[in-house]
Amino acid sequence: MRTSTPARVGQYTALLAYLVFLAFPFLWLVSTAFKPPRELGSLHPTWVPKDPTLANFRQAFDEQPLLHAALNSLLAALAAAVVAVLIATPMAYVVARRRTRLAKAVTGWVVVSQAFPFVLLIIPLFLVLKNLRLINSVPGLVLVYVVWALPFALWMLAGYVRAVPPELEEAAAVDGAGRVRTLVSVTAPLLAPGIVATALFAFITAWNEFFFALVLLKTPEKQTLPVVLTHFIGAEGVADLGPLAAAAFLATLPSLVVFALIQRRITGGMLTGAVKS
Amino acid sequence: MRTRLLALVVLLLLAGCSSGGTRDDGRITLRFQSLAWQEESVAANEQLVKEWNATHPDVRVEYVQGSWDSVHDQLLTAFEGGEAPDIIHDASDDLADFAYGGYLADLGGLLPARLKSDIPQRSWETTTFGDGVYGVPFLQEPRVLIANATWLRKSGVRIPTPEKPWSWAEFRRITERLSGPGRYGVAWPLKEPVSATLNLSLSAGGQLFHRGPDGKVTVRFQAGDQVVPRTVHDQANTDRSASPTTLGSGGSDTLPGFFAGRYAMVPLGFSYRQQIVQQAPKGFDWQVLPAPAGAGGRTQGVSPQTLSIAEDCPHKKEAAEFLDFFLRPPNMVSLALGDWMLPTGTEALKDPALHRTKDGWATGTALAGHLRPAPAQSVRGYPEWKDKVATPALQEYYSGAIGIAELRRRLEEDGNLVLARYQR
Repeated sequence: MRTSTPARVGQYTALLAYLVFLAFPFLWLVSTAFKPPRELGSLHPTWVPKDPTLANFRQAFDEQPLLHAALNSLLAALAAAVVAVLIATPMAYVVARRRTRLAKAVTGWVVVSQAFPFVLLIIPLFLVLKNLRLINSVPGLVLVYVVWALPFALWMLAGYVRAVPPELEEAAAVDGAGRVRTLVSVTAPLLAPGIVATALFAFITAWNEFFFALVLLKTPEKQTLPVVLTHFIGAEGVADLGPLAAAAFLATLPSLVVFALIQRRITGGMLTGAVKS
Repeated sequence: MRTRLLALVVLLLLAGCSSGGTRDDGRITLRFQSLAWQEESVAANEQLVKEWNATHPDVRVEYVQGSWDSVHDQLLTAFEGGEAPDIIHDASDDLADFAYGGYLADLGGLLPARLKSDIPQRSWETTTFGDGVYGVPFLQEPRVLIANATWLRKSGVRIPTPEKPWSWAEFRRITERLSGPGRYGVAWPLKEPVSATLNLSLSAGGQLFHRGPDGKVTVRFQAGDQVVPRTVHDQANTDRSASPTTLGSGGSDTLPGFFAGRYAMVPLGFSYRQQIVQQAPKGFDWQVLPAPAGAGGRTQGVSPQTLSIAEDCPHKKEAAEFLDFFLRPPNMVSLALGDWMLPTGTEALKDPALHRTKDGWATGTALAGHLRPAPAQSVRGYPEWKDKVATPALQEYYSGAIGIAELRRRLEEDGNLVLARYQR
């Protein structure tokens, strides 16, 4: 069925509006990062700074250990993404392929667990980590991030597993491949976009996370980027806007770069034509 | 896969075991979590810690940069987990739960006489809960009027001084006179309407919270309590001399309009001057004026910044010695200058740097003697009363959606129901 021209124009207009809506905060952040203080206080702000400056970046780096914090964030986020995917992939396979009551119960529990506010969990979690001597350590933070990302990663990957036709695995079995060989050679490559997307989700969640990092990390050399960013904010929400924008802009770059590098892997269509329907 | 996972968990545990730990060389280490955030303020804090460490080799203070954002939750978790910093920077209105919860040390017997006598009793009241003193109030800021000096000069209105401020009625008349099409005499940033209203209401003789002989607190919205809300409401809704759009804004949000000549005055905390100095267009002439006064004189409520010692701290005596050093008059001055606030210490307040006319320092310093504990300081249940009753009621009143009678009914009837639950 072909889409009529007016409908298509409408679709593209809606898409463009959505893109503008998504891009506006980031573009505004970039603009703010290069503005001198006097332009920040203008009633008629401009997209392009009249007098662009790098002073905000200099001040941000002078005042806070941004690079060190970024490294901590990167370490925590990468570790969390890798571990979450390693654990979630086999779990998701079982949940998706075995249509048992237990699998359904697990899926239900995963959805319910997402409703827990983390403020409810933070004190027990803190005590558990303290007993494990994992307070004020990046591994402790990674453990929390993995636990936090796991339910959603499991739920997300299970959907990808269900999208892989079981007939492909059956065909591999007919050809003499064992279960492990089938999983490694047939299912895993087809799951790659899902795995990448899930890893990206876990990475960005961990990269942006603030509250757990604030509570669990005590010493400055362990703090992550979101925690360090709040050092530009004072009581009652007053902020040193220029350096904050500069630091926040830098903080968004890794996520963008990671996404740009792997977004091709996420695109669908890899299964197209795999099965003759 | 299982073997790998097991190895990973073991690795994580081992890595965790290697982190943290305490010194075993006999030296005491105190962790000081500071919430200083402005460049000069952080520098002043770090410098003082450095000086202390240079002169006290056996008691090392470790400076930890904290954050005002979520500080209450962060501290609560740290207290519950027995991992709180030894020395804690916070604000007096955040201390009640920690003090009553037994998380903070009573400083009564720990602080030296010099520090006790240097800070006035009215300031100590902000950190006194029950029979104990749970923090040293050291920095505070009055609410002032930041004014467009050129506009005021041209209008010919009487310029108020700390000795002779405007009355609330005079303030209303003047803002009306300064207003015109698209221009307002005042822009009230009332994103947080409760603390601003309550603290300024002390100047009109307002009290709102009344403690009975049985120790129970009730809300009574009397004539003195109504002066400030009525003024704001009438400026915004009757005289059109207050911008209606800023009533839901934060202080920083009003500055662009102020610089652009839309508002003649903005009531702000004293420390906002730092942002004004940074952001004001070249040649913009501004000045600091005292807030209007009423039956209560120039009195204002404040919640000072505080320094406390954790109850779990094993070296309270040394921590108190550090506080004594940290809050010596010259040090208090540098901390105040760094944060663009006023010190609580009487000796520090005499420093010439705080009496300059430049950037309005002198005006603020002249108001220091009139600052009192915020009315809500010791009221149990105040946060809930504020969030559930007072904030929506005041917002609706200021926007013109409800009248003074309905505001009174909500603050008193609904408010007292909330407070009663905390006082059974």
